[in-house]
Amino acid sequence: MEIRLRVFRFQPEKDQRPRYDVYTIETDPTERILDLLEHVRGDIDGSLAFRRSCAHGVCGSDAMRINGHNLLACKVLVKDLGTSEITVEPLLGLRVIKDLIVDMGPFLEHYKSVMPYFINDDIPADGKEFLQSPEQRARFDDTTKCIMCAACTTSCPSFWSNTEYVGPAAIVNAHRFIFDSRDTGAEKRLEVLNEQFGVWRCRTAFNCTEACPREIKITQAIAEVKQVLTSGKLE
Amino acid sequence: MTQTHVFDVIIVGGGGAGLMAALNASRTAKTAVLSKLYPTRSHTGAAQGGVGAALGNLEEDHWEWHAFDTVKGSDYLGDQDAIDFMCQEAVQSVYDLEHAGLPFSRTPDGKIAQRPFGGHTNNVTKKPVRRAAYAADRTGHMILQTLYQQCIRNGINFYDEFQVLDLLLQDGVTAGVVAVELATGELHVFHAKAVVFATGGHGRMWDITSNAYAYTGDGVAVTLRRGIPAEDMEFFQFHPTGIYKLGILITEAVRGEGGVLFNDKGERFMERYAPSIKDLASRDVTSRAIYLEVKEGRGIQGKNYVYLDIRPETVNLYAEKDGRTNPDGSPYRVTAEEILAKIPDIADFCKTYLGVDPVKSPMPIQPTAHYAMGGIPTDKYGQVVVDAQNTILPGLYAAGECACVSVHGANRLGTNSLVDLIVFGKHAGLKAAEYANGADLPVVHGDPADFARQQIDRLMNGSGKEKAANLGRELRKVMSDDVGVFRTEEGLASAVEKVKELRERFKEVKVGDTSKIFNTELLNTWELGNLFDLALVTAVTALERKESRGAHAREDFPKRNDENWLKHSLAWMDGGQIRLDYKPVVITKYVPKERVY
Repeated sequence: MEIRLRVFRFQPEKDQRPRYDVYTIETDPTERILDLLEHVRGDIDGSLAFRRSCAHGVCGSDAMRINGHNLLACKVLVKDLGTSEITVEPLLGLRVIKDLIVDMGPFLEHYKSVMPYFINDDIPADGKEFLQSPEQRARFDDTTKCIMCAACTTSCPSFWSNTEYVGPAAIVNAHRFIFDSRDTGAEKRLEVLNEQFGVWRCRTAFNCTEACPREIKITQAIAEVKQVLTSGKLE
Repeated sequence: MTQTHVFDVIIVGGGGAGLMAALNASRTAKTAVLSKLYPTRSHTGAAQGGVGAALGNLEEDHWEWHAFDTVKGSDYLGDQDAIDFMCQEAVQSVYDLEHAGLPFSRTPDGKIAQRPFGGHTNNVTKKPVRRAAYAADRTGHMILQTLYQQCIRNGINFYDEFQVLDLLLQDGVTAGVVAVELATGELHVFHAKAVVFATGGHGRMWDITSNAYAYTGDGVAVTLRRGIPAEDMEFFQFHPTGIYKLGILITEAVRGEGGVLFNDKGERFMERYAPSIKDLASRDVTSRAIYLEVKEGRGIQGKNYVYLDIRPETVNLYAEKDGRTNPDGSPYRVTAEEILAKIPDIADFCKTYLGVDPVKSPMPIQPTAHYAMGGIPTDKYGQVVVDAQNTILPGLYAAGECACVSVHGANRLGTNSLVDLIVFGKHAGLKAAEYANGADLPVVHGDPADFARQQIDRLMNGSGKEKAANLGRELRKVMSDDVGVFRTEEGLASAVEKVKELRERFKEVKVGDTSKIFNTELLNTWELGNLFDLALVTAVTALERKESRGAHAREDFPKRNDENWLKHSLAWMDGGQIRLDYKPVVITKYVPKERVY
């Protein structure tokens, strides 16, 4: 089938403002959007810049706006879009550096602010694993899936209006530890999330949940953190 | 403008091996990680099924059994002292990961869950053993995330999106690296006493591959250009179960959980190739079986794929036939829900890319280029050794897929890639720091960025007669046609000539993008040059090795030949010529014998 691919272009060394380049491409409906971008860069215009690596939805490099939705370019097939008009743009809310590449710096700073790491240095006396029941393990399974692609945070209206908000991805990564029965750092993380730009900025728009390519129930995870802050009880 | 930095230890690569090295080196030495990707994008994150360690959480197991299975899996080309070391260390390393927070799946009594995997056996009964410690089917993701998280906690210095182009050596001693910062296009010189390469594999030279775009063999290519040999490059693993046409990995854990391979006639063909262990034979054996089924016309609808079937009715039927039991002795039976809970990501891949629900329909699969057994030669502490006498190059280390210790020999067992990177990543980091703390910083004579700049200039100023994308396609075709699962003298000889021709034509490539900021065309073209160099070494060493062993299967030399070929190859690149030498395999207690599954 023939498709019209409109790509957001911004080349900081020569462009004053962004433009859209249009490529007419003959393609198979089962091709990934990433395949189209690779084709453009390899065969038509080498200057097109985008990030990618694994090409099957696990590394999180290629989150971008595709026909207005935050998606991984490697996880969307042409046929999934149901149209031959395809527009590809960078994520919103982060500074565009070049074409589809955005500055991930602020996103990573928010991530780091919630202490996204396991805290418990009191390892079992026998040197073996901390015991954790399958039920305790299941409690935080959903939020272990995050690949830090930023699709959620950059789809959040609260983040767009104030990028000091830690954003859904950081809360997801805090949730992953807060609800891990082995971890001892919940109190400190909850303190951070209870601050002005913490969890209360969430207005439950559900954009994040819709945007997550890993199908993490993000809004629910955020609600669970709010619940702990309200009740003061970790369950 | 070239910026200059000084560190004790530089780690090149932010995947599992690099982050393990960083966590360990940074305890005592000033350390930085340079990675061309954000570390969490690294390909370790794509590993699925598990990490092997004889924890014995569900049944009797011993690290010695793991070691023997690894030796056998390697087709006796693995160095047995290093394999013993790895399998012994694996147990503590898995506990270390758990203590760092890794969310392993759990047994009913709260321990780390373990599952069967190809080639891992109870050495007495010869039956599959539950040895692969796992976190659903995203074990690599959890390892990568856990290590990165601990790096954040420990304040590791990261230079993200820095591509290393050159290794600095001064008077035979490691002196640092030169890298380009992708965001600015500027060169940076990192002076360092020790350098650890942890740059991953090079499976992007084949058409059907499970490997990330980033897997272009950068570390091996950089060291080759600096006169360091590459070891055992003829051995590259083709994983039996990649998604048809796309090559995306379907973990061996699918077969560990009871999945079965079928040909077009509905035969469970692995019964013929591996009567005792069947669908859980090691990867080289299974890939060849699929290739032969297809070649003999028994691919599905005559095409070049077969089915992998994990539907509960299939699993239960064959579990009953095989007499498979649970740890408590009850018959092994599964439901669709249980399967989906154990392989959620696989189910997601199948739905996304094939429109297939794996508990309702079988998955079309074909062998996919997967893992480099060969790489930068090291000893078991990650120290790079540069000749057949194992002479150490002071200050240089390598770990993970880019290294060849060798623990995988001619064929790697499933789960052992993760074992390799946690064990050797750790020890390379420790050794690098120990060395750096006793060494002076070498003074580099001349302009250290010279060679890196020359490489960029050449790519920017070519004639433009050739297009990199076309040459890449030609490379992948010749490697797939002639340097794949089965090989012949004729095919390999023509592949060597073709790759030489492509390397010549590559000199006529010109990068069209003249910008400095995120010039990804320049990066991709440089990476393609690495693949050309490694492809040439692979084809030449494969042509030279006149036997079949592990992943290197010669139709014209179908038998293993221990008399002449029980040895590691070493290849140097002198300009466009490859020079070869060989070194003995370390054999301690496992005498080579025929490999039967």
